[in-house]
Amino acid sequence: MDQDISTFRQLYYVCKEQNKKIYEAAIDYEVSQGEYSEYQIRLQAQNSLNAMKNAIKEGLKSTEPSPSKMSGDDCDKLQKRFKKEKSILGKTAEKIMTYALATSEQNLRMGTIVACPTAGSCGIVPSALIAYAEDYNISESEQINALITAGEVGKLVANKMALAGAVGGCQAECGVASAMASAAVTQMRGGNIKQIINAVALALKNIMGLTCDPVCGLVEIPCVKRNPFLAIHAITASELAMADIISKIPIDEVVDALEQTGALMSPLLKESSQGGLAKTKTAIALEKIF
Amino acid sequence: MRQSSIIDIISPIMAGPSSSHTAGAVRLGLLAKNIYNAKTEKVIFKLYNSYASTGKGHGTDKGLLAGFLGLSVDDSRIKHIFDTEDAKNLNYEFEFLQDFNRHPNSVDFVFEGDMNMSISGNSVGAGEIEITKINDFSVKLSGKYNTLLLVYNDKPGVISKVTGIIQNDKVNIASLHCDRSGKGKDASMCLCVDGELSKPVIEEINKLDDMYMVRYIKKLEN
Ligand code: SF4
Repeated sequence: MDQDISTFRQLYYVCKEQNKKIYEAAIDYEVSQGEYSEYQIRLQAQNSLNAMKNAIKEGLKSTEPSPSKMSGDDCDKLQKRFKKEKSILGKTAEKIMTYALATSEQNLRMGTIVACPTAGSCGIVPSALIAYAEDYNISESEQINALITAGEVGKLVANKMALAGAVGGCQAECGVASAMASAAVTQMRGGNIKQIINAVALALKNIMGLTCDPVCGLVEIPCVKRNPFLAIHAITASELAMADIISKIPIDEVVDALEQTGALMSPLLKESSQGGLAKTKTAIALEKIF
Repeated sequence: MRQSSIIDIISPIMAGPSSSHTAGAVRLGLLAKNIYNAKTEKVIFKLYNSYASTGKGHGTDKGLLAGFLGLSVDDSRIKHIFDTEDAKNLNYEFEFLQDFNRHPNSVDFVFEGDMNMSISGNSVGAGEIEITKINDFSVKLSGKYNTLLLVYNDKPGVISKVTGIIQNDKVNIASLHCDRSGKGKDASMCLCVDGELSKPVIEEINKLDDMYMVRYIKKLEN
């Protein structure tokens, strides 16, 4: 009988005992559950990865406004800026920020994206994963492994809380996406199990309480710009974890705290657009236009 | 509850911008089309609450129509669905309503044509959906399983006959949901199966006395 993997702790011990990478343990466990084969999981990861790359490609060249006309040209602005002046964070960070905006803006234009884990947070995992892979020559199969690692992280959090802004605030969407991205990057740069899991814990601890207050009820403000922020946030978590900096609160307890914080959050700040940014003077004025 | 899979987390590949308001809408449209499965003269889409108030900005109207026309969630034509030939040949209308008794993201499909039917459903988050009502019957359809949907005259023994036929074919029943308008009156049954139901099995069930409607609704691919 295969050991259950429904918490990070269990994942850690299975990896240690059986000398497996996170993606290996995760795939073996799902296969043992009987619903999917390894082939199906890897195929989905490959298809998703291709769709992510495509969304970035399309998003980089477009300036088409969103249906609300509130956004659509930020990625273009950022690219122009980086052409003139380099980011103080370096080339890969430039890519991450532009890719994240490219993907999120594609999402608004009804372009094809991957909800990973959700559409609002669709720019975070791809931007960090693909920008790193390009700049550090990571093979496609290793990118797939990284995406499966990210998927496992999202799944273990989803075991405890729904990954939906209406249930857990934006912690559950962009926050979890950032943790997933940190795991993917840490996996690709050769981090060990402990480092990957710590990256996740560190990322999640730092987004506790992130609310969901979309202006006019649209997945647009603040969602789009939140994507480049949280993609860079994922890299910070990975850097700290690679230095063997440990989250003093173990990951499963962090997830419990995240769930509790989401439950305690006022419903006014959970996708209902009845508080926060959504009820600012400017937001209310915008509401009248639509 | 079914544990989520890695696959759920790293998908769907979809047309944006919202899993609940766009992808969920497409899936609802697809399921409604498969349930109705007849020639339509007119479709009225009634959008409720958040589907009504933010539906336009999220392309919910486009998603519902695209799903009804058979497009899947990642189809790049969703964005321009109103301009397609299929849409132009269809007589359809949208209504935007508020009703606190309904789920925040809910819709009714009202079909007029070979038969009249109304189908209600909700988008429950992360692209997951549920069809909750067909005409006056409560049903339970998520699109995650191949599902046999039956409307029949409620008589003792119908349920066991149906499940017997299915079990004879060695197909496992994952869940069963029944509802009826009253004893001896019309009743509905939603039967989710692991695996596939064969044509002969469906025909055999169709031949049972007092079956008014038999639909085999395949699970949604993405
Ligand atoms: S603010 Fe809300 S709608 Fe926007 S990405 Fe975050 S959770 Fe999604």
